[in-house]
Amino acid sequence: MRAVTWQGRHKISVETVPDPEIVNPRDIILKVTSTAICGSDLHLYDGYIPGMRAGDIVGHEFMGEVVETGAQSTLKKGQRVVIPFTISCGQCFFCEKQQYSACDNSNPSETRDASELLMGHAMGGAFGYAHLTGGYAGGQADYVRVPYSDVGPVIIPDDLPDDDVLFLSDILPTGWHAAVNADIEPGDTVAIWGCGPVGLFTIQSALLLGAGRVIAIDHFPARLALARGMGAEILDYTRVDVREALNEMTGGIGPDACIDCVGMESHGFTADNILDQVKAQFYSVTERPHALRQAILACRKGGRLSIPGVYGGFADKFPLGQLMEKGLTVKSGQTPVQKYTGELLKMIQDGKFDTTSLVSHHAPLEDAAEMYRHWHGEQNDYTKIILKPGLEKGAIQAKSEMENA
Amino acid sequence: MSSLADRLSKLTDRLSPGRQPRRTSPDPLTLAAVGAGLAATGIGLALWRRSRKNKTAGDSIATDAPHWTLDKPSKRALFGKSVLINRPREELFAAWKVERFPDFMENVVAVEALGGGTARWTIKAPLGREVHLVNSITESVEDQSISWQSEPESEIANSGEVRFADAPAGRGTYVTLILAYDPPAGQIGRLGAKLLQREPEVQARRDLHRFKQLMETGEVTSNASPSARSSETATEPHI
Repeated sequence: MRAVTWQGRHKISVETVPDPEIVNPRDIILKVTSTAICGSDLHLYDGYIPGMRAGDIVGHEFMGEVVETGAQSTLKKGQRVVIPFTISCGQCFFCEKQQYSACDNSNPSETRDASELLMGHAMGGAFGYAHLTGGYAGGQADYVRVPYSDVGPVIIPDDLPDDDVLFLSDILPTGWHAAVNADIEPGDTVAIWGCGPVGLFTIQSALLLGAGRVIAIDHFPARLALARGMGAEILDYTRVDVREALNEMTGGIGPDACIDCVGMESHGFTADNILDQVKAQFYSVTERPHALRQAILACRKGGRLSIPGVYGGFADKFPLGQLMEKGLTVKSGQTPVQKYTGELLKMIQDGKFDTTSLVSHHAPLEDAAEMYRHWHGEQNDYTKIILKPGLEKGAIQAKSEMENA
Repeated sequence: MSSLADRLSKLTDRLSPGRQPRRTSPDPLTLAAVGAGLAATGIGLALWRRSRKNKTAGDSIATDAPHWTLDKPSKRALFGKSVLINRPREELFAAWKVERFPDFMENVVAVEALGGGTARWTIKAPLGREVHLVNSITESVEDQSISWQSEPESEIANSGEVRFADAPAGRGTYVTLILAYDPPAGQIGRLGAKLLQREPEVQARRDLHRFKQLMETGEVTSNASPSARSSETATEPHI
């Protein structure tokens, strides 16, 4: 089969690799029909995530058709399913508490050691995201093996097109989880750093959960325009002092909840971020948490801080005193996707979410290397890319072209 | 310049020789320097631990920590590991039997019962060799614990215990594996075996997790999947 592989920093290639096979009784083999490139795939692309090996198949946002089932699988051949990026057994202590992303069985014995060393406890398994999370092949491929198929996959009714439901695999539940973690009270003002795909779903989720105002922060005009279209007030951080603006918009007290949808690779020419950039070049840090630092200083006293953005290790100059003195509540973590997929599918069917206006490009799987370059370098024009296995190389459709078609 | 991830992946490649063709030949000077650095760090650490132990040897500070987590005075390698398994204690005790060991003990080639609680074990050893153990059960307390001790003809002298205790709040069972053995080639051999992923502590820790996986999910977790590395198959787990 053909698959998108990581070969090193800024090196992605599409290769012919062996087909996956059923290994365990609860497995299925999925024929992938749609798979998206995630913002967190850029952390792999930039070489910030330890535990990647040349030749790993990437991709953790995917859906498709069941083509093979293990003896214990509850799925049937031909069913359309969306696969959560978190691999979860459903039967350990964590899964029973619905903390699916902390599953204690999905990271195999062989790969847990490094994860335990770095994090204190082994992380749960995930598709296509380094050997610290199990070393599973990802879904940017023609086929993929899905373990524990009786727990994760979401069965999709035939009348829903791929584009409406694909994001149940990660970014929609992640945006929802981010807003849930902000413990929003009716009428709250919620500030959201980053208007990438997760940020855009967080904006929608915060408003659905009762926020009175959402203020979104970014610098790409196209992404800010999408945020405004989804109901947010917007701040371009290259044109305003974000903290001053947030204070002035809230009578001096600051937002009730702040959500960091940026993660470890903050943009911007602030002194702290330039220093982080230099250190990152010498591999002395992996984190560039400018947005997180700003969110802590901007948040109102006694407010809530939610961190869906991905971080990988130790961070410098973390404003711990500010966090403590202001009495902030912090919630974070990889999304327990399986906890939310049922209610979110229903909300999609009820038309509660705009799942498609953020998609800027559909491209063949064969063009993945080029798409990663665009995704990395042209974030204003490329707001979300969906890869389609089987399409002929070069058949790329930008949204503007589709609208004119 | 290679990235952190690149360097880490090269490191793990070296840890599993034979699985992957070596892509770069390491510079002997660098290797020597790294070796010297590691040795110096190791000696420093050993001296520091010794001086620390001497200082505290006379003290009798009470601690509730399990004995295998305390300083280890014997030449024997002592190891203990506990896991929480979300199943009833009786069920786990019943499942911990010789016939089922090959299901979750990856390095066990065969266990042959010799009668009277004695069994002959064939275990994978470093560099494709095999080692034979002859162990006898010394005590078995229904639903609580099983202890064993090796017989003189065993190639590695070892003893150990597996314990089953109720976890609080209906969380299932704490299963603890305690293992002591004489490393065949001393501490150096132990380090070498660890690097080759065939050291008993590494094996036991991983096997205990496989037991948990099997009892909770009905299968041993596997990351077996295709990759663009020709040395791997789509059906074998990989590191």
